[in-house]
Amino acid sequence: MAGNKRKVQEVNAGSMADIAFLLLIFFLVATTMNKDFGINRVLPPYQEDQDKEMQVKERNLFQVLVNRNNAILANSEEIDLSQLGARVKEFLLNRNNDPELPEIEIKDIENLGRVPVSKGIVSLQNDRGTHYEVYIAVQNELTKVFNELRNDAAMKYFSKKFDDLNEDQQKAIVAAVPIAISEAEPRQIQR
Amino acid sequence: MAVMKKKGGKEVGAISTASLPDVIFMILFFFMISTTMREMTAKVKFELPKATEVQKLEKKQLVSYILVGEPSTLELRAQFGTAPRIQLNDSYRELPEILDFVASERNNLNENDRAAMTISIRADRYVPMGIITDIKQELRRAEALKISYAASQGE
Repeated sequence: MAGNKRKVQEVNAGSMADIAFLLLIFFLVATTMNKDFGINRVLPPYQEDQDKEMQVKERNLFQVLVNRNNAILANSEEIDLSQLGARVKEFLLNRNNDPELPEIEIKDIENLGRVPVSKGIVSLQNDRGTHYEVYIAVQNELTKVFNELRNDAAMKYFSKKFDDLNEDQQKAIVAAVPIAISEAEPRQIQR
Repeated sequence: MAVMKKKGGKEVGAISTASLPDVIFMILFFFMISTTMREMTAKVKFELPKATEVQKLEKKQLVSYILVGEPSTLELRAQFGTAPRIQLNDSYRELPEILDFVASERNNLNENDRAAMTISIRADRYVPMGIITDIKQELRRAEALKISYAASQGE
């Protein structure tokens, strides 16, 4: 009898499942899945003098306007969203050195040497009534073009995809293919 | 007969539930690791636009959110109308308050991290660009230049 008493009783683990369930439900309710994705952009610094416009040669500028009816105007020609990517790519690449298309500057870039860099700028303007969804779709198309160009450049210089490059190489490619999207001051665009 | 058969058949033992806590704990740990604490409750209704070229936002502690959309519940709509509203932290705010919001968010960060602060604009896909443009202008004024247009992955 005395020996029996000294023996430590085993803890009943039957309610362990219930406790775990409670914790589980608490975490299900109080947390969110990590699903933060987005299109990253860097805004231009604020300027007091808003009328001062950047001087860019006409051949270096590709204008994209999105009006309140969500129609897209690329260099004063109405086009469909699906055509935009190809147009912008053609503009930035300027394969045949067309005098109408942007100038190509030979730049000295670390890790790459002297490489051609397009001076083309895509100017994106939207109306206050443009749907956010369409604006994002246009931004997405433009990002896609720049990503493709970066991948092409990475393939050409390093024979690897852009995402597989190391940090220095990525920096070099970013310098060779800068994201040249200018978001001009908003204004009312008429049809 | 049937009764006889039952008696004669092998008895099915009760399934042991001894490993149930372990299973539940495993699910629990999975959720603890793969999720983050909910920081604020959205008071605006928003359905993110879809995009294919999205990038994951790294370092959540450097990200501040601006929510834009219609008030989400009927009571809020009765009070504030159906025009798109800006939500900072837990309440509706007006445009000029973004300046203070950015300043306070920046103050909360470590000095080395301030330059890397990112503002994530989580806006409903149907809001007009006017309100987004105004927000962007305010952010430029607040010198919070790194932004991210929140979008969900997909065509």
